[in-house]
Parts: sequence; C-alpha cells; structure tokens
Amino acid sequence: MYSKKVIEHFQNSKNYGKIENADGIGKVGNKKCGDVMWIYIKIENGLIADAKFETFGCVAAIATSSMAIDMMKGKPVEEALAITNKAVAEALDGLPPEKMHCSILAEEGIKAAIEDYMSKKKNN
Amino acid sequence: MELKNYFDYNATTPVDPRVVEAMRPFFSENFHNPSSFYSQAGEALQAIEVAREQAAKLLNARPDEIFFTSGGTESDNLAIQGVASMYKEKGNHIITSAIEHPAVLKTCQFLAKKKGFEVTYLPVDEKGYVSPKELKESIKDATILVTIMHANNEIGTLQPLKALAEIAHSRGVYFHTDAVQSTGKIPVDVKDLGVDMLSFSSHKIYGPKGMGVLYIKKGVKIDPLLFGGGHEHGLRAGTENVTGIVGIGKAAEIALAEMREEEKKLRPLRDRLKKMILETIPDVLVNGDPENGLYNTLNVSIRHIEGESILALLDGNGFALSSGSACSSKSLDPSHVLLAIGLKHEDAHGSLRISLGKYNSEDAVNSLLETLPVVVQRLRSMSPFWTNKK
Repeated sequence: MYSKKVIEHFQNSKNYGKIENADGIGKVGNKKCGDVMWIYIKIENGLIADAKFETFGCVAAIATSSMAIDMMKGKPVEEALAITNKAVAEALDGLPPEKMHCSILAEEGIKAAIEDYMSKKKNN
Repeated sequence: MELKNYFDYNATTPVDPRVVEAMRPFFSENFHNPSSFYSQAGEALQAIEVAREQAAKLLNARPDEIFFTSGGTESDNLAIQGVASMYKEKGNHIITSAIEHPAVLKTCQFLAKKKGFEVTYLPVDEKGYVSPKELKESIKDATILVTIMHANNEIGTLQPLKALAEIAHSRGVYFHTDAVQSTGKIPVDVKDLGVDMLSFSSHKIYGPKGMGVLYIKKGVKIDPLLFGGGHEHGLRAGTENVTGIVGIGKAAEIALAEMREEEKKLRPLRDRLKKMILETIPDVLVNGDPENGLYNTLNVSIRHIEGESILALLDGNGFALSSGSACSSKSLDPSHVLLAIGLKHEDAHGSLRISLGKYNSEDAVNSLLETLPVVVQRLRSMSPFWTNKK
C-alpha cells in the first residue's frame, strides 16, 4: 500500500531527534487520528541550517515528517514556508488516499516551526 | 510447516494439510452436484453428511442442527436477520454488546436504520466483560434476541455465556453467540452453554476460507437470507460448497481431537510473551483478561508509539501481527473494542495483538521477544510523547 520511498523514509530516517536551543519548534497534531508531529529548526543567515522531527504516528506520518525535513533543510525561510502538503506527498511518490492527511500535518508542522521562530525573533 | 513468524492466528489460519487432503477428491474427481440422482452425487451427499456430523460433534450438537454457510459473517447475518424477520410482529428490540465483531454490529445497525428495530449495546467493564445484571435490566417485552460473542477477537475475553443465555431464556428471548474465536480453541458445548444459535468459521480453525456454520437448536425457527433450491432444509439455498464443507468438517474433527494439546503448548508461550514483554519494555498495558480469556491471545498497548508503525517495522523483520490502532484502519478510528474497555485514544493507538496458533514454536516466540524491544526503542526515540516524558 505504501510506495518504496515511504517505506525507505520510515525505516531509515536519520532526520528525527531534538535540536537543543532550537530557534523554532512547531507542534501540530491531528485531532481525528491522534497523530502528533513536532518540527525543530535552527536558522542561520535566513536559511534553515538544521531541522529535525519527533513524531507519534503511523508509517505515513513518520515518512512525511522525514521528507519535510529533507525538503526544508538548507532552504531560505520563505521558500520553506511555501512547501505544500502535495509537494511532500509527491516527493514520496504518493500516499494512499486515507493517509493524505499525514502530509497536511507535515505542511502545518513546517509552518508552525517557522511561525514560532518569527514570533520569538519579534519578541527579542 | 514453515510459518514461524506468523502471530496473527485470530485473523486467519493456514489450512491444515490433512484438511487439504480430505478436500482434494471433491474438486475434480467427485465434482458432482449432491442433489443429482447418480451414484457419484450420492457420494458427495454422503461426504456432506459426514462433515455435518464432524461439525456437530465439535459443538456437542445434533447433525440436523448444523447449517453450512459461507462463513462467520453469513452465520451472524443469518441468525440475527433471520430472527428479526421471523419475529418482528412479536417485538422489535435486540440486545448486543459494544465489543461485537462488525458482522454483528453492522447487521444490528442496519436493522435499526432500515427495519424499525431498536438495538441496545451493552457496555463492558475494563476487562471486556458484559454484566449479566445489566443484560437482565435491558430486556423488555419487545426483546426478541440477545446476541453476545463468546470470545473477543482482539482481547480474547470470554463472556459468561451460560449466565447470559439463562437470563435471556428466563424472559423467553432467543440467545445467539458469535463463537468464531472460541470454537476449535476451547471446548464449546452448545448444550452446556444453553445457546439457541451459534456461529463459527472454518478459516479460524485451520479449514478453508469461505465456509462457516450456524448451529440452530432443534425447534428454533428463523427465516432464511438466501432463497432458491431448498438446500440446508430451505434455510440456506445454493448448491453446496462440497469441498468447503468437507474441509470444515475435517478441520472440526482435528480441532476436537487436538485442542487440549494446543492449549498445553500455546498457553505457556503466550504467558512467556506477556511476562517478557512486561520485563523488557517499560510503559506497557495488558488489555483484557489473559488468564481467564483465550489462551492464545495477548493484547498490549505499547504506550507513546503508534500501532501501524510497530507492525511495519515488525513486518520489515518478517513478523506478522495486528493492531487496533486508528492508523491501521481506513476509518481513522481506533478499535471500538479497546475504546469500550476504557482505553484512552492514544493507548488504543499503540495496541498490538499477538495471537498464537499451532505452527508457532518457542524459537519464534524468542525471536519476536528479541525484535520487539528494538522496534519499540526506535519508534520511541522518534516520539515526542516518549522523549519528553517526565
């Protein structure tokens, strides 16, 4: 049911963990299915220098988390903000229809992490 | 038989080679329609009657109380819809439980939605038991059927059927049970249990898929679902699935002869799994009532991680198991059984069902016990619930 890429990201992802003193943390969750995703980012010179995830969820939730990290790392903040759930799903060679909501969580996670960074920056 | 890392026997079982052998002649050699005149047809008919006796013996029933169907689902539908159709003038109330198989739940929901029935879903306690007292209080004058499963497929809890059936009968109400998970694993004696109807399935007892039995006590009358050529005493029309019938008969015979041996072998394996999982993995809940429930079933919630992920990593290591997590169902809802016993959503999410069967060995159990903690550790290292646990 899952593409090879989904399984590969699920089984072999190295993108998980915490970033100590992260510049932004996005905490999002899906109320219906119960999945929870945290995205940590480190910003340097307007670029996403490092990013990691922590996820409680299914194969698709973990794979989309991992792919989201791959896609945002090294990108300018504005470009990362433009990453859509569809782009994440496509980069994984698609998701089963009932798992598309996991990719929405990934998009929301990226945005939440960047928003957290922006609001911290503003307050400093 | 090489099946060492299969731990999902409550989902289905491989066909026992002795069952395959018994079925083989009825594919191409004796393919005849049992209703035909010639002598080969008579032999096919004879084979059906042998199977009926074998199935009857497994339940301590009479052969003429055994009706062959296409499986547990059809047997449940036939019993419930058959009673509903026959007795709708007498009453429109059916009582069942919150933890039934969908074959029962959805049939009841259909009757409520489309046929004017009222359905009471009895709750269960934290181990999955229906309360006889609550059943007693739920029966009304309009009640025509109580249908409560024997063993639960997910957690293995065994209902006090004898007491429940007695209560139904004291009010003149028929009692049906879905005994798909208990039949063939433990002694199921319809006379002792006092049930009026009982469903069981072939593919859970090492028989072929697509075969089931509905036991109907002599004297209990219900309407058919399928009309046609009058087979099975007019209760289930359609040319008999002779190979399937021979298969379920042989499977029933083997189960009756060997179930005590199975229990002797599997109960210690299941108990060892439980003990070792609790010892090697922190934060695990045991669901149901393993000591008093099915000896082959263990259901645990591995907290802070999600079931489909556990299944997928185990699958990557060659292990076949199942989970009641929302993610492993298309509906996005966790198991109704685990919610009914009071689990929190996230704990139902992290549930893992291990169901053993006759081709499991101690070696396989040991290798599962080696792999599971590694899998859990990896997923927990990714989970914010685990890494941020106080």
